[in-house]
Amino acid sequence: MAGVGHNSGSESQEGAVVVRISLPTALLRLFPGSPGQLKIEARDVRGVIDELDKRWPGMRDRLMDSSPKIRRHLNIFVGEDRAKLETPLRSGDRVTIMTAMSGG
Amino acid sequence: MSKRVMVLIGTKKGVFILDGDEGRQSFDLRGPYCEAWPVNHVIANPSEGAIYATGGNEWFGPAVWKSTDLGETWTHSSEGLKYEEGEAPIKTGWSLSPGNDEIYVGVEPAGLFKSTDGGQTFEHVQGLRDHPSREHWMPGGGGLNLHTILRHPGDANQLWVGMSSVGVFHTADGGQSWTPRNQGTRNDYMPEGMSKYPEYGQCVHSMAMAAGDPDRLYQQNHCGMYRSDDGGRSWLSIEAGLPSTFGFPSAAHPRDTDTLYLIPLNGDILGRFVPDGAAAVWRTRDGGKTWEDLRKGLPQEKAFFGVLRQGMATDSLPQTGVYFGTSTGSVFVSSDEGESWVEAATHLPTITSVETLVVN
Repeated sequence: MAGVGHNSGSESQEGAVVVRISLPTALLRLFPGSPGQLKIEARDVRGVIDELDKRWPGMRDRLMDSSPKIRRHLNIFVGEDRAKLETPLRSGDRVTIMTAMSGG
Repeated sequence: MSKRVMVLIGTKKGVFILDGDEGRQSFDLRGPYCEAWPVNHVIANPSEGAIYATGGNEWFGPAVWKSTDLGETWTHSSEGLKYEEGEAPIKTGWSLSPGNDEIYVGVEPAGLFKSTDGGQTFEHVQGLRDHPSREHWMPGGGGLNLHTILRHPGDANQLWVGMSSVGVFHTADGGQSWTPRNQGTRNDYMPEGMSKYPEYGQCVHSMAMAAGDPDRLYQQNHCGMYRSDDGGRSWLSIEAGLPSTFGFPSAAHPRDTDTLYLIPLNGDILGRFVPDGAAAVWRTRDGGKTWEDLRKGLPQEKAFFGVLRQGMATDSLPQTGVYFGTSTGSVFVSSDEGESWVEAATHLPTITSVETLVVN
């Protein structure tokens, strides 16, 4: 199954890992119609980004570079811990994508 | 019916557009567009009625933006605008060259990309970075960027690119193979005992092709001002008569191959300001044999600004307009080939590029 719509309930399918995603406002402005909060089925952070890109083509390039790494001035937290692309997810995890305080 | 003159302005914080008429004495400003991203270049493609912009955002990386309604709304894409895994990722887009069949994009770290679907997807022009000199490419003060793309007007397979601290390269086969074209340009930063005229490594700041003449190229270099009459195979110094050998932009007259505009700065170590705090555009009408300074309407005291490499342009009207944007956010416009100037905008962010579009 390719992801869970953001109107889905909190119950996951058997074996599915459904996590709650929070997206930053600066990203939402680049993808009209994208919501600030949604639920997605993904087993790691890379899976979250892949699923976001399916729904809003081009979002992957905004979140990660070609290294491949999470872009340097973005932070992705799983719960309260800063994550990497390979960070695994458990059902019910809260994944927060934030812009870093940077720039001038 | 009067024509509409648009000045397309790239800045460190978004795209701005000045709307005016053929008189070019006053303009209305709109923007910022492109989500106030840092934009290095914004330019129109009249053949498709589109405007393109490129830059890069610290959070979200590089992209090419496109507007099909004269700048009112914009979309962005970077699909395919990337190097292979393991290579240093692209930091930002630097320069655009839209044409009838393809759009070229120069990026940092230096490389060239091409789109054949109107900026939706991009493919790497790999041949440039396959050049054996690439392992020796070093960044200059502005980064290792590909900032200038010139097209042969009659042969789509021929391109010239300019890369900071790398030099000028030319392709005759659509980008598969490239040849350095830096003979005669000086590199004052070579160590003692080494040639100041190497095959590559010169810091080209900008290039301009004389109207319709791909043999005649002009080059403002970090170390001097040059003209080529053989498509860049050899370069001749034309800096005599200028107040400085250092500057960034160069803008060719749209019809007269002997006329070029420059904005020399006070050198590379003392702020890179207009010399003596007094702004002037320098014009040649004889291919660089002689130069004259044009100052009427420009600030003549306590002016501490520079003009970046893509910050000057001309327009296509019968009496040529000349335009430049400053590091301090002002845009100056001349409607009489540089003889006199008006300040058309102030207080913008640092201006990275200026281009024009005349709409019927």
